[in-house]
Amino acid sequence: MKSDSKLLSAPYTVWMTVFIVVPMLLVGYFAFTDKAGSFTMENILSVGQYSNVFLRSIWLGALATAISLGLGYPFAMIIARMGARRQNVMVMLVMLPMWMNFLLRTYAWMTLLEDNGLINNALAAVGLPRVHMINTAGAVVLGMVYNYIPYMILPLYSVLTKIDRSVIEAAQDLGANSVQVFLKVVVPLSMPGVISGVTMVFVPAVSTFIISKMLGGGGNLLIGDLIDMQFLGSAYNPNLGSAVSLVLMVIILICMGIMNQFDDGEANEAVQLGNVNH
Amino acid sequence: MKDTIISLKDITVSYDGEQVLGGFNLEIHDGEFVTLLGPSGCGKTTVLRTIAGFIRPDAGDVFFNDKNITDLPPHKREVNTIFQKYALFPHLNVYENIAFGMRLKGRGEKEIKGTVQEMLAMVNLTGYAHRGVGQLSGGQQQRVAIARALANEPKVLLLDEPLGALDLKLRKDMQAELKKIQQCTGITFVFVTHDQEEALSMSDTVVVMDGGVIQQIGSPTDIYNEPENAFVADFIGESNILDGVMLEDYSVRVAGHSFRCLDSGFGRNTPVDVVIRPEDIKVVEPDATRIVGDVTAVTFKGVHYEMIVDVAGFKWMIQSTECRQVGDHIGLALTPNDIHVMQKSEYSGVFGDYSTFSDEMEEDRTASEEANIREEGDADEI
Repeated sequence: MKSDSKLLSAPYTVWMTVFIVVPMLLVGYFAFTDKAGSFTMENILSVGQYSNVFLRSIWLGALATAISLGLGYPFAMIIARMGARRQNVMVMLVMLPMWMNFLLRTYAWMTLLEDNGLINNALAAVGLPRVHMINTAGAVVLGMVYNYIPYMILPLYSVLTKIDRSVIEAAQDLGANSVQVFLKVVVPLSMPGVISGVTMVFVPAVSTFIISKMLGGGGNLLIGDLIDMQFLGSAYNPNLGSAVSLVLMVIILICMGIMNQFDDGEANEAVQLGNVNH
Repeated sequence: MKDTIISLKDITVSYDGEQVLGGFNLEIHDGEFVTLLGPSGCGKTTVLRTIAGFIRPDAGDVFFNDKNITDLPPHKREVNTIFQKYALFPHLNVYENIAFGMRLKGRGEKEIKGTVQEMLAMVNLTGYAHRGVGQLSGGQQQRVAIARALANEPKVLLLDEPLGALDLKLRKDMQAELKKIQQCTGITFVFVTHDQEEALSMSDTVVVMDGGVIQQIGSPTDIYNEPENAFVADFIGESNILDGVMLEDYSVRVAGHSFRCLDSGFGRNTPVDVVIRPEDIKVVEPDATRIVGDVTAVTFKGVHYEMIVDVAGFKWMIQSTECRQVGDHIGLALTPNDIHVMQKSEYSGVFGDYSTFSDEMEEDRTASEEANIREEGDADEI
């Protein structure tokens, strides 16, 4: 029995070793070696000079995550309250943009936001002044929100539909008005969805490079771009690139660890009880 | 009679165009234990949810202490509900669940603590304050729900089939516990159930409902001994319901013979329904009485034997501590006290004799009813 399951899991073990464990080890190796292959701390130490890039990435990623949460939460709540058939349609609409290529969607935003793009032409046509939108931090955040908001909405929607209607009624029954019901019951019970939504938006947003490259111009360099440049760009330096990747990974792990602290107590209990009831 | 605390006037409620209640009237008196009893889909939960404020009636008014509260949202009503599925807050522990209502009212921490301890003691859960509600059994969760509702000091407690999910033994204990709590606190209880035994053993007043209409209101003994129509007679306990003719006051013709009875005021030669409870019938020798028949089935029920007796084609059910064998020719003796006469109603003839009665049938019926309840549960709870 046991050897059977080992045999069955062999392809996955091989896959994970070749494509996850080995690359990770390589990243570690490159990060702590110089071009000649001898051990050095220089790469890691020189990451410090890019702290402004790190801060900008984290700031823009956090901003995009907050906006996604702010927009996604009410939207998920509205979907969760619809009839079953309309819920399915709405969920499909949320996922619809994901069927199109990521690059294509971001290109589309370029043509919309350009100084001579669709939006500015439309503004000019009705006699309003043109607005400079492309190559700004705002455009980068917009791109992040647009691309990653489905990953916020879906986990929120899934957790909100699972909240038992009678628990909300019980809160009303005990004297809670609609604001109190939301703050004291709905929000705490939806925390697992908030945690996974935030994680699923923040992590790719922090490490993105295509969005900032296409919508942010040269002035909004993010960590992703920095890493990209070390491997494929003019500044070819895989050792530094690996060091930056390693530091980014550590930062993301720390962020997720902090998020999971919120998750531990209340949300886990809610999930457990949900399992008992269903 | 105590004052009326809740009064429903001409309440009409429909779901998706289907009318559940039409022109429904009910008065509930202060301090009473009232049970709404009826089969699933009869509208009893709708009545409860209308009182709680979760349903806004299409027409009619709800009065609370003579004040019209029809438009008052649930959180402003001085009633609390015990839900069938407990509906405890899964993200809060027992203490915080019970404190929920008091915190909303901005009570001091000291007062909250005192009340929570008092409530926990009342429902025999002292020492459970800091458990998570997910760790509790069904019965314990329901007791937390009761404590949570009572901590809010409601004037009226609404209970929506609160014992439905518990096993038989626990249900009996909880019945006694609920009755005790009601007597201690003096709070008006409005209890919804489809279990007639539960209704009879707990209530001061039973309201029997079917099809959104009240069939009878009365004390448990009234409902059992003096059912107003064939539906009530059949729903509450076992009964033999026969066609009869009221010859004159205190005399009824049933099963081909005329009997003296205690009923009057039906007029002469009026067709009526006659109820005879299985446990009232005495088994005697065939030559000692006018009703004679053959035993066709015998079931041992513990306290008594349940026998089906064929009397000229009509199958009677009798319950007796004396055992007879299948095929025995026996006599059935009745005293005037055993015969209860009812007006003919729309339910006349719906409930026939026990000719289709068998234990297997009964089990199948109960099982399919339970399945219905589960299916209709959602509709019932809207």
